[in-house]
Parts: sequence; structure tokens; C-alpha cells
Amino acid sequence: MDKEYVGFAALPSQLHRKSVKKGFDFTLMVAGESGLGKSTLINSLFLTDLYKDRLIPDASARLSQTLTIERRGVEIEEEGIKVKLTLVDTPGFGDAVDNGDCWMPVVRFIEEQFEQYLRDESGLNRKNIQDSRVHCCLYFISPFGRGLRPLDVAFLRAVHEKVNIVPVIGKADALTPKETQILKQKIREQLEEQEINIYQFPDCDSDEDEDFKKQDAEMKESIPFAVIGSSTVVRDGATRPVRGRLYPWGAAEVENPYHCDFLNLRRMLVQTHLQDLKEVTHDLLYEGYRARCLQSLARPGARERASRSKLSRQSATEIPLPMLPLADTEKLIREKDEELRRMQEMLEKMQAQMQQSQGEQSDVL
Amino acid sequence: MAGTSKRSMSPHSSQSSSPRTSSCEMFGYVGIEAVLDQLKIKAMKTGFEFNIMVVGRSGLGKSTMVNTLFKSKVWKSSPVNKLGPLPQTLQLQSVTHTIEEKGVKLKLTVTDTPGFGDQINNDKCWDPILNYINDQYEHYLQEEVLITRQHHIPDTRVHICVYFVPPTGHCLRPLDIEFLKRLCRVVNVVPVIARADSLTLEEREAFRWQIQEDLKKNGIFVYPQKCFDEDTDDKALNDKIREKIPFAVVGADREHTVNGKCVLGRKTKWGIIEVENMAHCEFPLLRDLLIRSHMQDLKDITHNVHYENYRVHRLNESHLLTKGAGWVTLSPPSRRTTPGRCQSLRWSQEDLENGS
Repeated sequence: MDKEYVGFAALPSQLHRKSVKKGFDFTLMVAGESGLGKSTLINSLFLTDLYKDRLIPDASARLSQTLTIERRGVEIEEEGIKVKLTLVDTPGFGDAVDNGDCWMPVVRFIEEQFEQYLRDESGLNRKNIQDSRVHCCLYFISPFGRGLRPLDVAFLRAVHEKVNIVPVIGKADALTPKETQILKQKIREQLEEQEINIYQFPDCDSDEDEDFKKQDAEMKESIPFAVIGSSTVVRDGATRPVRGRLYPWGAAEVENPYHCDFLNLRRMLVQTHLQDLKEVTHDLLYEGYRARCLQSLARPGARERASRSKLSRQSATEIPLPMLPLADTEKLIREKDEELRRMQEMLEKMQAQMQQSQGEQSDVL
Repeated sequence: MAGTSKRSMSPHSSQSSSPRTSSCEMFGYVGIEAVLDQLKIKAMKTGFEFNIMVVGRSGLGKSTMVNTLFKSKVWKSSPVNKLGPLPQTLQLQSVTHTIEEKGVKLKLTVTDTPGFGDQINNDKCWDPILNYINDQYEHYLQEEVLITRQHHIPDTRVHICVYFVPPTGHCLRPLDIEFLKRLCRVVNVVPVIARADSLTLEEREAFRWQIQEDLKKNGIFVYPQKCFDEDTDDKALNDKIREKIPFAVVGADREHTVNGKCVLGRKTKWGIIEVENMAHCEFPLLRDLLIRSHMQDLKDITHNVHYENYRVHRLNESHLLTKGAGWVTLSPPSRRTTPGRCQSLRWSQEDLENGS
């Protein structure tokens, strides 16, 4: 038996060691109207206070606020594994009286990250490419509406081909269980109707155990996740202290699966599908962007068309990729040509030598 | 204040509407107090009218709140299992019911505003509402200037506008401020924190304080307005109310059993929210304000202040102050969206500065 053991079964653990050394980086975007509990949820998810020095603007400041994109970074370490988490926030979204096109800065941001990666990938030095692409967008839907609002639909349609969308119902403690059911159903219907592609959980393999399959099915059923966030600990007297929100009529617990879907969201985002989100971003969304970009350049007169379309509203997405400076490419091509020629010469010499030696041998024989 | 002279009709006014008449002592029982009973009987015969308008984004529980306030299915709130599509533009819908309690008849009209604030661009979404309110003043004015007037002019003027603020916990949004600024000049407005069961008690207090600051900074006077307090009793009572505005309310039209009692409430996995329990939410305060204690006051202010402002503005428009007495024909109203400019006649300068 030992003779047939080659040893490449150890590859996964080698990969594991390498990844642990390298660390993971993950970029998460949160979007949605203000007041839906986004910051509280992020703090609960990662058990840190990312919003310590945050100032909530008052009403008069809000009157003149436009959408801004804010980035916050934090390094979280757990059992030797380091995760560099970048959080992208969109304060000011949906706050104004007129919210027309308020999602454009977000779309532009996502595409800028793709463009940066494309440039890095096509560059000469590819050793340390920083991946700042947005891997997942948590979109918060209001629990008080009757499903998706026109603004929600407009935003989701603008970004669904560019980022993994995970829809979330914020402040879910405002809803009774029946209301939650109805709202989820309505949102699912609307997403289908509007043809919005949210992140699809991959089906688990048939050889997984039953428990895992059941968990997976439950998780898929509960999309969009109805979540409650809290960083405060509630001591309810009878029960042990838990994180939750204390009301005069009871305490809503964050980590209680009967109260909300927080555990499902955390499991999905952090424990089981973190890597898959990154892969889908790279293999599907980024490749789509890259293909569109390069295709638009390959077509003759594409540059003119691209610049013209920049003025019109429709294809603000096709940003022409700035090529490497011409001199460098030419030099590369010349160098490669030289190499090819040299190799061909060597091949011919060797062939001639072989023929000679064969000829001598036949003479001897 | 110019507004007080007409308010001596209500039985509440205690002192000195005319400080020059001296009071004299009586040495026996005359029976003057029986006039109160006569007023009551007359009022019960004619019945009361009350018009309430509810404004706010969809899903904030407006229809449920109206049902809870009047303890009847005044408004058929959208059935729980069918969430209909959002209306594309703002439409106003009115429904009228007659409710009776202990021989007192109330003709209640509720105006709902579905579609408010739901679009991507909500600019000028308050115009249809302002126009509706002014239309009701116009109708009343037209009836009033007729030569042969009706004995009792039907009153469709909006007496109170309840504005539902979403429970974000942060502050008022630009849309809220724009709307409240314009509306508080033409109608009595009471803001409430809707769906307050998503805020803990501390969050509610912080939100309430922030909203009060925002209202003050933007010069928005909500009901009960400080400048209409007649005497110290009124002021004390209204001050207590003003401290608590906006009320954090929860509405419900389902009944549940709590400790053997049947109560209106919402049942969640972590407890039952009782709507009429002061420890849970401030719905009883809203109900008392609108119905039990200040309903007549709301009607008086609408009639004596807001309607009068409108009337003066319209008469000015038709340049009637230069003509003599006789019947008057009013020129057709121009479509104004800020009729409150005439407000300066009624609100004294100090009040505006104090921002009360």
C-alpha cells in the first residue's frame, strides 16, 4: 500500500498553510437608506466598533449632503487567520428630496476598482496586485415599505451585473413573524419580476451530510435575510446574557434563529461563502467587465464611440482602458521576435547535426 | 393677539376677554350655569364634524393608526396577505364615516395620501396636499360669501394633519422638513414617530430630542402652537404636551390576550406590544390629544386662524378692501403653493423670532 501512496493528498493542507500565511482580504459594501441599522449590523457581524468616531449629521446638514463613498479598513484575526476587511459605506444614499441618479457614484466606484485591477493585471509587475474590488454588496431594504421601493429597484438594476448582491431586511424587529414572511415573499417576487440577479448560493454537493444540506436549504429559503443588529448585551434575568435589544415588552435577541436571520447571514458571509464570493467576483463579474472593456476597444473607432458615449447617459460603463505606452509594447514584441529567431536557428543547427551523425553512422554500417 | 376675540364662545375661556366689565357678587343661585347643559344638548343634536389627514410614506401604519384611534374599521387597511403596487403619483383619498358614542354623533372624514415620498424624485410632492387643503378653505369661503347662506355650512376643512416620521433614530430627513415647513403655515400639524416598536426607550428619547431641535432650527410650529395658548392653565397643559411631541406611536387592530385581558397589540416572538399601555408606546397621548381633550381646540384654531388667514389673503387678492359694502364676487383663486405668506398678519414678530 505504501508504494501506491504518492502524497499529493497533502496538497489541500499546503494550500491552507499558504493562504493562512498570505491572509485574506475582503471588501464589503453596505448600501441602503440611512436609519436602517447598517452600521449596527456591521459592528455586530464582525464584533468590532468600526464606527467609533462617526458623526451623524443633523437635519440641516443633510439638506445639502450628496452621496459620498467612505472606506474603512480593519484587520481581524481569529485563530491565527488574518482577514483584512475593507468596508465601503454609502452615506447620503436616498436621503435627498430628489434622488435621481444618486446611485451613479456607487456604480462608478465599483467600476473604478475593476479598472484598477485590469490595469494592474495587464501591467509588467504583477507580484503584488492589491485586490480592491468589491466582493459583496449588502443592500438594506426597509422593513416599513411594501417590498422594494422604486429607488431600491433602480439601484439594484444599476449594480447587479457588477457586484454580488445580498439583499437584507434591516431592523427586522419591527415586524411580526407573519409580516416578515409576507415581505420576504413580496421582495422575492419583485426581484424576479425586475430580473435582478442577486448572489446565488451554489448548490451543495450530493455527498454532503443531511444536516449540512438541511442547513443550506434553510439558508436559501430565508433570503432576503431579516436581521437585527446590536452591540449591547441584554440581561433578561431568567436567561443568560445575550446580545440584543431590550424593549419594555421583551428582548429581541440577535443570535436567536427564531428571532431573526442574523446567524444565517453571518454563517453565509463569513464562515461558508467568503471564498465563493471572491471567486464569483473574479471569475464572473470581473471577467464580464473585462470582456466588455476589451471588446469595445477591439472594434474599429471604438475609442471615438466610447468617448461619445461618455457624454450620453447610457453607456457610462464602457470606460476605454488606457493601454501601455506604445514604446514598451514594441520593445517587448521585438525582444520576443529575437528570441524566436534564435530558437529557430538553434533548432535548425541541431537538426543538421543529427542528420550528419545519422549519415556517418549509416556510412560505418 | 387678534385670534382670541372669537374664541370666547367656547366654554373653556376663564378670564377677561373684556377686562373692562367689572365682576359683581351674587347673593343667590340664579341658574346661569345651566347654559352649559343647553349648549351640550344643542351640540349633541347637531353632531360634530372632524376632518383628519394622515401623511407619510407607505408602510408606516397610517391606516392602522386611524383604525386604532377610532376603534373601528374606518379605513380598510390593505389586507395583510396582499401588498399592492405603490401608486405612481400622489393621490388623495377621503373616506367619511359617522361614529356614535353615548348619544354623541361624530362625522369623521379621513384623508389618506398614498404615494407620498415613495418616488425617486419627491420634489414638490407636497403640492397636491397643499392644494387640497386650500380647496377645502375655498369651498367654505364660497359658502360663506353667499347672500343666502346655509344654516350650517358643511365643514370639510382639514382640522389636523398627522405627519408620520419614519423611525430612523437619526433626525428629520430633508423631505420631512420641506413638507412640515410649508404645511404648518396652513393647517395644524402633529408629527408622530411611526412604528415606534423598532426603537428602544433610550433611542426614542434621543430621536425625539433631535426632532425637536430640527423643528426649532427650521422654524416649524406644530400643534399645539405656543402663540395660541390663552391662559396659564392652557399653557401648563400644552407645555406638557409639547415636551412629548413627537409622540412615539404604535398602531394595531388585532386583539391579543395578555394576563387575561383582551388588548389591542402586535405579537412578536419576544413579547406582545400593547398599544394602549403607556409603558410600551405613547398612543394614548395621541388619542387624548386628538379626541379627548383638544378636538374642539383643533377646530377652533382651524376656523379662527388658518381659515381666516386664507380668507384675508383671498380678499386681498380680489382687492375687496377698497370696494364698499354689499355682496362680493371673488375672482377665481390663483394656484398658489405658498399661501402662508399672509401668516405675518397673525403671527406676531416675537413669535417668529422665538421659533415657538
